[in-house]
Amino acid sequence: MVNLRGLVPDPSRLVTPKHEINLWRRVTDHLATAFAVSTVILVLTPLVAIFGYLVYKGIGSVNWAFLTQTPKPPGEIGGGMANAIAGSVLILAIGSLLGVPLGIGAGIYLAEFGRNRFGDLVRFVSDVLNGVPSIVIGIVAYALVVLRQKHFSALAGGAALAIMMVPTITRTTEEMLLLVPNALREAAYGLGVPRWRTTMSITLRTATSGIITGVMLAFARVAGETAPLLFTAFGNQYWNWHLDQPTAALPLQIFTYAISPYDDWHRQAWAGALVLIILIVSAVAAVRFVVRRGTLGGVA
Amino acid sequence: MGVGIQVENLNAWYGKTQALHEINLNVQANHATALIGPSGCGKSTFIRCLNRMHETSPEARVEGKVRIGEYDAYEGTSATRLRRRIGMVFQKPNPFPTMSIYENVAAGLKLNGYRDRKHLDDVVEKSLISSALWEEVKDSIHKKSGASLSGGQQQRLCIARALAVEPEVLLMDEPCSALDPISTGKIEELIFELKAQYTIVIVTHNMQQAARVAEFTGFFLLGRLIEFDKTEKIFTNPSDKRTEDYITGRFG
Repeated sequence: MVNLRGLVPDPSRLVTPKHEINLWRRVTDHLATAFAVSTVILVLTPLVAIFGYLVYKGIGSVNWAFLTQTPKPPGEIGGGMANAIAGSVLILAIGSLLGVPLGIGAGIYLAEFGRNRFGDLVRFVSDVLNGVPSIVIGIVAYALVVLRQKHFSALAGGAALAIMMVPTITRTTEEMLLLVPNALREAAYGLGVPRWRTTMSITLRTATSGIITGVMLAFARVAGETAPLLFTAFGNQYWNWHLDQPTAALPLQIFTYAISPYDDWHRQAWAGALVLIILIVSAVAAVRFVVRRGTLGGVA
Repeated sequence: MGVGIQVENLNAWYGKTQALHEINLNVQANHATALIGPSGCGKSTFIRCLNRMHETSPEARVEGKVRIGEYDAYEGTSATRLRRRIGMVFQKPNPFPTMSIYENVAAGLKLNGYRDRKHLDDVVEKSLISSALWEEVKDSIHKKSGASLSGGQQQRLCIARALAVEPEVLLMDEPCSALDPISTGKIEELIFELKAQYTIVIVTHNMQQAARVAEFTGFFLLGRLIEFDKTEKIFTNPSDKRTEDYITGRFG
């Protein structure tokens, strides 16, 4: 054995005994932890409160009739929001079909090819669009689609929601793609894989879960929008599956019922809000579940 | 089989900065050639010019002639077609994280549109055997992600991935710099075996490594090729004073 005494510090003195740790350090440690915990509680409280209150007010009115029937004429008791639920699904499907490919496409452009003036312009426009009030987007869709078709329609509602989805999806897609290490692109180039193929099969695939997060954020945000649907989808008392006809949507129905003078409609508005939240949460959860099973991991 | 590489009057720039000055060099087929030199001397840029990876950097520019075997690398061919004939292994292991071990090795063929399942299976097995990884992973090539392997295994996976497209030349850019001595030893043994079939150009910071694996060694300094000769000659009796200073550790 080599005698190490004097060369290495005495192991028994490496760890400072607990009572020697400065009191102030222990106090600040606890304070910081307490602060962090209290902010979490502060953030979660409204969420839990809203959901709890919705359940409290709405659960009593969510029944089979509510989920399967169309609204009764004003003043009559009963009926439901089945057509509005279906209408929301339809409008959101149209919105996602238009908005998601456009947003992801723009995001790919910005991340992979957009290191130039035009890319900066697109980024700027996208950020501005993100800040445009939703009612204004409704007017734009009204002017672009409704006036031309001479009809309120599910298509116009979907277009309005798509416009709202695009900037969020574009910027998150860009951010997620930029998180993919350049080494992976080079690995693919090194194998003789063309650039477009690298972008589709390597970069995009690696960033999938992050991009899905962005898409679901955008989706959840527009799913509850009322203002852009007011004069695009317009609402409908009856079933409608035609894309070019006025269509009911849950947020619109909730809005109409909530400001009505009838007690039964107020109850149904609460029920509608509860159903809307549950639908959004389950859609997001379902997509996440499917995506998680389909990939081996990646960025974010 | 490997092919030789002839480089004539090669100059390369990043924007306005010239990274390589008038490089002339002949790489022998089926031998390992090591490139040594201090950081920033242009050796990485040089091998990135061989498979035209240099031009993927923004504002990068190349002049001069590179011949891979009997083909000109810059004229009459596309960068992607050229790169299918030249494998590259990078400094840090970079397996595709979303792909299984199998998919990683098959990636070069699959992403270029190759679909024959039976043949792919064979290629994957053969490549993993060549890169000395097969025995360690053969039970989990479909289950495990390429990123779940250890660093040394990942690098051998990347070598397998490069070999799967059956290149004639294998470029290695400091392949062991992120690895421990045991993994490094394995990769060096591998280079020895691969020389029979491929022409290997390896950039290294480790001069012992150059001496161990390569028959020829080039010494780069400030973007110029100072000396190129048999490895033995470079390390025992270099003709240039700067080479001698570098390998004896007087600078760099």
